[in-house]
Amino acid sequence: MSPGSESTLSVDVWRGATEGRFQTFQVPRRAQQTILDVVTEIQRDQDATLSYRFACRVGMCGSCAMVVNGRPRWTCRTRVGEAVGDGGKLQLEPLRNMTVVKDLAVDMAAFFDKWRDAKGHFEPSLISQDGGRTPPMEPQADFHIVPPSTPERRAADAGIECIGCGVCHSACDVVTWNEDYLGPAPLNRAWTLVNDVRDAGNDARIDAVSGSAGCHACHSHMSCTEFCPRGISPTYSIAGLKRAMISRALGRKP
Amino acid sequence: MTAILFIAQRASAAVLAFAVSVHLATILYAVRGGLTAGEVLARTRDNHWFFAFYVLFVLAVAVHAPIGLRNVIREWTPFHGRPLDVALAMFAFVLLALGFRAAVAVYLPPEALLG
Repeated sequence: MSPGSESTLSVDVWRGATEGRFQTFQVPRRAQQTILDVVTEIQRDQDATLSYRFACRVGMCGSCAMVVNGRPRWTCRTRVGEAVGDGGKLQLEPLRNMTVVKDLAVDMAAFFDKWRDAKGHFEPSLISQDGGRTPPMEPQADFHIVPPSTPERRAADAGIECIGCGVCHSACDVVTWNEDYLGPAPLNRAWTLVNDVRDAGNDARIDAVSGSAGCHACHSHMSCTEFCPRGISPTYSIAGLKRAMISRALGRKP
Repeated sequence: MTAILFIAQRASAAVLAFAVSVHLATILYAVRGGLTAGEVLARTRDNHWFFAFYVLFVLAVAVHAPIGLRNVIREWTPFHGRPLDVALAMFAFVLLALGFRAAVAVYLPPEALLG
């Protein structure tokens, strides 16, 4: 099939690491084909040395994110028809703001280190075992149920569906400018935990996100919100952290 | 520290939103029929409200501008840390001194200023 015909797709794929170049492949167009299908077809049929990452193929794991025609997105949940403009060309790059390991695979270690730095882990609240006579030492024995209809639960739910795909991190200009900036996903995680009534780690968490590389560094460009495949608004979460920080600085509980 | 600066900048911005609006509206209203410097001064001298308003305005500027400038400089240049904070504290003092001098100059009569 000749390049450029209707049933063939021309795909520019990033090859190399930080330094590299685009390599062009011709891939047959198929009905309902996803970007991940295209990459898999190149790797299986044309160049077995092409490196990329995927796992679930159904938008649950967040490992297949790439920059497709300039937009960071999940390749498994993006159909070719959606991504290809009038030009009929496809350009695939690794996620931005992360070190490229090879071709389309990036090193996400620094990204997840920022989740740790933002205290993005659940800190169980402790209870006294004898009704308050001794200091609280033990985690609650049973699940602490927060009914789904309560405002507390809805507040925690707003950002809870993040799967850590790194799309927002790739889209964020502030992350590009300031490599210390925690970024939208870790800050969204911190805000989710601030809203978790069972969590007892907010003092350390709000301290962690209040530094010069924390929520104050956000310029509210809203690229994270624009590109998040889960429809989460990290911008809203970051604004919430700013409010929580102000409340705490003024001596109120966030 | 970041939290205090953030709050100070937001609070001073709220004052400035009000003060700049009043300032501009007053200028536009006052000069619509043509007003000489002497006529302006005749209205501002000994006007306590006017003086209090501009002292508040100057205070808000002296708080707001250096914090914003600090953010921009920290984000776009390698100039960080204590030297930057000292430089901006001095900048705040200059703004305060110049602004206060201007407010006093239109509030007090010339004899008082000349001593």
